[in-house]
Amino acid sequence: MEKQNRIFAAFKTAFPYTIPVLTGFLFLGISYGVLMSVSGFPLWCPLLISCIVYGGSLQFAAVAMLLSAFAPVEVLAVALVVQARHLFYGITMMEKFKGTGWKKFFLIFGMSDETFSINCSTEPPADIDRPWFMLWVTILDWFYWVGGTAIGAGIGNFITFNTEGLDFAMTAMFVVIFIEQWLKDKKHWSAFIGMAASVVCLVLFGADSFLIPTMLCILLLLGIFRKPIERAGEEE
Amino acid sequence: MIIMNNTQIVISILLLTLGTMLTRFLPFAVFRENKEAPKFVQYLGKALPAAIFSMLVVYCLKNVQLFSGSHGLPEIIAIAVTAGLHLWKRQILLSIAGGTVVYMILVQMIF
Repeated sequence: MEKQNRIFAAFKTAFPYTIPVLTGFLFLGISYGVLMSVSGFPLWCPLLISCIVYGGSLQFAAVAMLLSAFAPVEVLAVALVVQARHLFYGITMMEKFKGTGWKKFFLIFGMSDETFSINCSTEPPADIDRPWFMLWVTILDWFYWVGGTAIGAGIGNFITFNTEGLDFAMTAMFVVIFIEQWLKDKKHWSAFIGMAASVVCLVLFGADSFLIPTMLCILLLLGIFRKPIERAGEEE
Repeated sequence: MIIMNNTQIVISILLLTLGTMLTRFLPFAVFRENKEAPKFVQYLGKALPAAIFSMLVVYCLKNVQLFSGSHGLPEIIAIAVTAGLHLWKRQILLSIAGGTVVYMILVQMIF
């Protein structure tokens, strides 16, 4: 009984944090479902993809590939390139996922940009079970995405109210998390490095291929400035 | 028109999954829980989040055209509203809802 209470308390704490993702993922998931359905795919295709690939940007990028001839090597290569940023998430969450037992597999499996951002930036109250909190965030976000896809692929064409701009909820969420991280840090080396690397690489390489150069630049700069950054960290 | 047969589609979907999961699981497979990760990796774990959140904000805005169309004005205004609300009230949901509503009004009615 006490265990059930603990699990439920973690759920109640986790849910409000996922509401922005609920908005964003339902909208984007519906868009994806509609796109797949008008592209001629049967319902099981978008559903299966959303369940086991579970990565918005790759799923949208893969629509064209799934409409082309069978090209397994290319499909795998694109998946690795588009998803490479997840490597950073793993490195960051290694400490926080320690000792989560069986939950760890699901925490890693469901680590989308949004889930990572919430789990990385949120410090649940001390009386809340942290592994369960993170697992609920992971499950809820995944569920919103799959649910959105199902709605879009099933009945998406009947939605008539003007939803243009609703996906901004995702951008707004990242802005808020960025501000929270900024207020938490005393020095802002890392934030500046991330900003400079992303903007410069976006201008140089364009919207479709700037992420990997950005990641390499961030690694390089964090390496070069390791001493001052570590010193700034110790002052806190 | 779909050219692939069902088997090829399923294989493609599994490869998309494999690529994604490799990037998600790799760091955990390389640095096991019972062994201490190299110092540089531990340092990255602490230093990366701020850089990642900067990158994700830029990633969300990557398709905004500054020199044509609405010149990114709806995005700039809505981000200002989101940030302003957040610095003022520190209520995550209020900031996000406020910014999103302003953005929807801007793109649907004004720009």
